[in-house]
Amino acid sequence: MKILVAVKRVIDYNVKIRVKSDNTGVETANVKMSMNPFDEIAVEEAIRLKEAGAAEEVVVVSMGEKKCQETIRTALAMGADRGILVEIDEDLQPLAVAKLLKGIVEKENPDMIILGKQAIDDDNGQTGQMLGALLGWPQGTFASKVEMADGSVNVTREVDGGLQTVKLALPAIVTTDLRLNEPRFASLPNIMKAKKKPLETVTPADFGVNTTPGLKTLKVEEPATRSAGVKVETVAELVDKLKNEAKVI
Amino acid sequence: MSILVIAEHDNASIKDATLNTVTAAKELGDVTVLVAGNGCAAAGEVAAKIDGVAKVLLADDAAYDHEIAENMGTLVVSLAGDYTHILAPATTNGKNFMPRVAALLDVAQISDITKIESADTFVRPIYAGNAMATVQSSDEKKVITVRTTAFDAAASEGGSAAVEAVASQGDSGKSSFVGEELSVSERPELTSAKIVISGGRGMGSGENFKILEAVADKLGAAIGASRAAVDAGFVPNDLQVGQTGKIVAPELYIAVGISGAIQHLAGMKDSKVIVAINKDEEAPIFQVADYGLVADLFDAVPELEKELG
Repeated sequence: MKILVAVKRVIDYNVKIRVKSDNTGVETANVKMSMNPFDEIAVEEAIRLKEAGAAEEVVVVSMGEKKCQETIRTALAMGADRGILVEIDEDLQPLAVAKLLKGIVEKENPDMIILGKQAIDDDNGQTGQMLGALLGWPQGTFASKVEMADGSVNVTREVDGGLQTVKLALPAIVTTDLRLNEPRFASLPNIMKAKKKPLETVTPADFGVNTTPGLKTLKVEEPATRSAGVKVETVAELVDKLKNEAKVI
Repeated sequence: MSILVIAEHDNASIKDATLNTVTAAKELGDVTVLVAGNGCAAAGEVAAKIDGVAKVLLADDAAYDHEIAENMGTLVVSLAGDYTHILAPATTNGKNFMPRVAALLDVAQISDITKIESADTFVRPIYAGNAMATVQSSDEKKVITVRTTAFDAAASEGGSAAVEAVASQGDSGKSSFVGEELSVSERPELTSAKIVISGGRGMGSGENFKILEAVADKLGAAIGASRAAVDAGFVPNDLQVGQTGKIVAPELYIAVGISGAIQHLAGMKDSKVIVAINKDEEAPIFQVADYGLVADLFDAVPELEKELG
């Protein structure tokens, strides 16, 4: 089985982001970037399936500027076999990413595609499902457990009331939730080895895909800030304030 | 304009998230509600009574059991021709099938909107709620998921919509429901509760959540948790509040032993009143808390329970 994993380079999750003063977006210059946390979980799951003998090859794909190579190298250092960079300077929206991924799927013929459930920058949570629709493949979103069976996969999903398990015929798409696994750190020797692993660069034009965004961002603003609160000294004072000042209990 | 809202339901009743979504939809035009499920006629009747709903479409077929995404996607697309906007609440179900609908229609999806500026312009949070983006859609059809805490609930009584059965689009044959493990709770649902009390890593163990439960019982509150508490196995993951868990906006949110990481704040900072109980006075949670108490939670929480009588 061949597994394709999609990874995204995003602003590191620990960074407190700043909105640009002209309200066109978020400041990304000189900000620490890393692999989207859900995608690390996706890479880890693919490698575990390989280690368990369920997969022979793990191919990692990322889309964006040249620097996304670093994100692919990180995945290669974790244990993926080779990488594909779809190089493009403009921002891509999920539908365009899904269409480009479809092009890669048609070339690579994977049996399973693993993506994160959402990227922590745009918080869209769409790409995996959109790719499923475009390919006509079934999807197991928000996965907390993935179990291979003969010709199918059982995916346990984190849903609002608890957990739900679905059985998907292969080929299938899985999107990862936080509880799926604990991603490994790349060791220094593996980081060195990853530099020698193959990384192919392609462009959107190779797939004949229209990447024109359907959504235009008119402005990006700071959210409303909360007014400063007060510190109370005792529990009795807290209860009094909640009853008489805030009137919420 | 004609708006289609896809209902969240349990076959017998309509979930609150649908009522909030109907309010958003009413800002745009005439509202039709789709109830799709297996044996969901009763939910269809309930949906017909929602104030402001003009029509209910009922798709009652085994293919829609548990709202399996592949079949839901095909069904919604088969009905899409009549509508300019298709909305669903941003619940795990809505988030699961709506992007499929959008891709099949070859349009963008607008996730988790918090405000409607006009028929084609919407506001949505990005970067864990640390920025608000105003986006304009140039697509012919708008496929939207709605952040339910950002819209009031429509009245569940007062409407008298006609219920019309729609044809099943059959089963994709590619996926099937195997089973589910739902958390059983007597308490109000986390996302619609008026008061939420949440515990974090500071709780120390799952056993210690009992002291929060005692307070929750007195306040009629729901219990929530931070990711740290879920990852440590203190409580099940459907209690997680945050960017990747539930988004809540209750009247009162009490954060106990929660430091207040960006990802947690993303799920609760629209609460009306926030209370933080933490022994670390430098904890970031105090920056958003209306009332902060620097104290050991193991002293403060039982005392709070006693004070509440």
